[in-house]
Amino acid sequence: MRSFTYERATDARGAVAAVSRPGAKFISGGTNLLDLMKLEVERPSHLVDISRLPLTDIEELPDGGLRIGAQATNSDTAADARVRTHYPVLTQALVAGASGQLRNKASVGGNLLQRTRCPYFYDTAAGCNKRDPGSGCSAIGGFNRIHAILGVSDACIATHPSDMAVAMTVLEAQVELLDADGSARRVAVTDFHRLPGDTPHIETVLRPGEMITGVVLPPPPPGRQIYRKVRDRASYEFALVSVAVIVATDRGTISSARAAFGGVAHKPWRSVEAEAALTGHPAAMATYRAAAEAAMRDAVGRGHNDFKIELARRTLCRTLAQAAQATEAG
Amino acid sequence: MSEADAGTTWAASSGVAGGTSTAVEPRRDEALPVLAITLNVNGRERRLEVDTRTSLLDTLREHLRLSGTKKGCDHGQCGACTVLVNGRRIYSCLTLAVMHEDDEIVTIEGMGEPGDLHPVQAAFVECDGFQCGYCTPGQICSAVGMLAEMDAGWPSHATADVSSPPIALSDEEIRERMSGNICRCAAYPNIVAAIRVVSEGRPG
Repeated sequence: MRSFTYERATDARGAVAAVSRPGAKFISGGTNLLDLMKLEVERPSHLVDISRLPLTDIEELPDGGLRIGAQATNSDTAADARVRTHYPVLTQALVAGASGQLRNKASVGGNLLQRTRCPYFYDTAAGCNKRDPGSGCSAIGGFNRIHAILGVSDACIATHPSDMAVAMTVLEAQVELLDADGSARRVAVTDFHRLPGDTPHIETVLRPGEMITGVVLPPPPPGRQIYRKVRDRASYEFALVSVAVIVATDRGTISSARAAFGGVAHKPWRSVEAEAALTGHPAAMATYRAAAEAAMRDAVGRGHNDFKIELARRTLCRTLAQAAQATEAG
Repeated sequence: MSEADAGTTWAASSGVAGGTSTAVEPRRDEALPVLAITLNVNGRERRLEVDTRTSLLDTLREHLRLSGTKKGCDHGQCGACTVLVNGRRIYSCLTLAVMHEDDEIVTIEGMGEPGDLHPVQAAFVECDGFQCGYCTPGQICSAVGMLAEMDAGWPSHATADVSSPPIALSDEEIRERMSGNICRCAAYPNIVAAIRVVSEGRPG
């Protein structure tokens, strides 16, 4: 690990001021950053510790929504009674991710900013446009079983590894940001992460020095919420494909539907195509299949990951069937 | 901080004992960042100077000579380094010592001792919840943290309906909640049995 200086921020304004120096980075839970620093994929010369900032509260908003502080741990967020009751898809996604020990350390803000688990990104001997812009993509033409099938480019086929962000996508969450000049703004979580294009090293719309202060969940939409994750082992593993849905039905017809995929793209992938194919149609397998076809229409496999296209279709169908059935029963 | 101090501290924090390190010596023209910190470990205040890079794991093992906490993968994938910080289980390999000033850290050395074992330690002995023993300190610290999470009513991936507590500690729940601790000897059945024994012996 490269040498670095360290300071602990005591307030948010101080934190964004402190991170303005060259080579500085925020550290929160550190579970991903320190791993990457050990491998010298990340090489900050100064760390600004924001883990003790008073940004851990989860509070109800006047409009019926919920604001989750950026420094709330994944564990506390998943266990929060209001999240479990009104946003169960978020709890399901959080507890499907990582392990108990990691969830106790990882923060909500850090979860959004975690880096891809593409093995070539981790391997400093391999070409990787994300780690070293212009050095090529070793995954294209390499071992790419875990890689992206949607929104890919010739520069990068890495996936975003978060489960939490997929749930936040169907919940239409907003990410709260504080800029170095003290100004605040909100960005829809669907707009927060970028597709790789020819600049895969730029992963979010964060401005230099900008810090995540919280995530705002709008009031929960009607319908049944489900997160389903498919992976190589039953626990403590990243998704090959995951699906988050919120489905409401009315006398056998889907009255509203939201759907997003994880493990398939450089960002949590909301499928407006699937949603359009569902809304107003019968809650039946033929509808789900049509939605799955629509969702994967533009999917591109690179060989080893071809199976993900069919896996994503089937995972969506099964999750929709489960959600619609529960809605009718309830 | 003098150059000599920096060199000494660097050697102490390199995680290699007895000067057998093959690592490159630090350049003498740059002072390595060292911070003086106070850690509360197993109820004792410990003052020490650490290179900012030092993980909590290396601090425990190499600086405080608490070698019960094990280094397996050093990348948060095996669970051998699990300790409790403020009552919560975490991987000590993926956190910096300098981030834990004033935190209450409990390692396996603080759990119990021969003749006065922690109930989870006693259950691991009773149920033969190990083979080689390397993962065991992490398994026990993790189990203690996990049982506290159960007491707090936290849901898991094995919980059928996360919205409706209470949750019973089934074997499926134990396995899911302990998935962050790998046992290369595959002593899992007896680890699950040991945790079941502890949970059944507790009120509520």
